[in-house]
Amino acid sequence: MRLKELESSLQDVAVFDKPKFKLEQYCTSPHLAARMLFTAHSNYDDIESKTVADFGCGCGILSYNLALDIDSSALCIAQKNCSNYDVDVDFVLTDLTLDPLRRWTDNVDTIVMNPPFGTKNNKGIDMIFLKKALEIATTSVYSLHKSSTREYILKKAQAWNVECEVLAELKFDVPMMYKFHKKKSVDINVDFLRFEKKE
Amino acid sequence: MRLVVHNMLQCHVKGCDSNNFPLRLFDVELEIHEIEFNPQFLQSLLPKLDWNAFISTANQIGITSLPQALPEEIDEDFLKNLHRILFETHIMQGKMVCSNCSHEYPIKEGIPNMLLNEEEAEEEAEVEAEVETEAEED
Ligand SMILES: [Zn+2]
Repeated sequence: MRLKELESSLQDVAVFDKPKFKLEQYCTSPHLAARMLFTAHSNYDDIESKTVADFGCGCGILSYNLALDIDSSALCIAQKNCSNYDVDVDFVLTDLTLDPLRRWTDNVDTIVMNPPFGTKNNKGIDMIFLKKALEIATTSVYSLHKSSTREYILKKAQAWNVECEVLAELKFDVPMMYKFHKKKSVDINVDFLRFEKKE
Repeated sequence: MRLVVHNMLQCHVKGCDSNNFPLRLFDVELEIHEIEFNPQFLQSLLPKLDWNAFISTANQIGITSLPQALPEEIDEDFLKNLHRILFETHIMQGKMVCSNCSHEYPIKEGIPNMLLNEEEAEEEAEVEAEVETEAEED
């Protein structure tokens, strides 16, 4: 699929009716999702004929083969989105921070994720997601993290013995969906990162 | 949930560390959704599959057309049958039960729920508390 087609097919993916505050489910914008999948596919051949999992799939924009999320209403939307687009995805409702996912290790090639940035009561949750993803994926992990945490993440990657490449620095449009938000949306700088396991 | 995914699910109740895979299926409702046959992908997946778990699970839901062991010579007919069972057969409703600790994991609308009950309850309570606090701040 071409980037343009992918993007336009993602454009009207349904978003949340009632976002849950604690789980921090901001939807990845379709443009960003398309870029992530397209890069993984065309530059690294990490998608086609691979087992791809989406961690914390939220609205399911990134979903490819397997999507995991802790929130059942998010999964229902993701499932609907995927069936609308004839994408073949299996959904599993689980808590990525608690479920050891032992049998997943070495069975998933590529993991694509947009982890919660970990701002409110769940500081560091993005790193828990990342560590888990790196334990499970055989080849690579694509992820989005705040640019302000880049140095920290590069250091962590070195400690975990994985390669980390900053593929792009993006502006991430975070819609302010909750009633206590004063503005409609804010832009934050986000790194699109690719991690590769060393042989 | 398809059997290819069931093959990766294991009980994760604290302290339940043996005989916790595969989860036994009960009261299942099946649906078939046809998808494109991709023999290459299927072949690449075979070594990752726990064949014994897959066979016993298939038997539980009435699929008996598979050999006890993965044959050495794999032909197209075999792959097509496998494709049907692994990729096109969806378990829409039912439950999965751990043979060791008897924990039940429900399957609703095709989605297996691997959350443990305590987490779920905790989660909901915290979300509610959160909403109340935020409302007060407004
Ligand atoms: Zn158990």
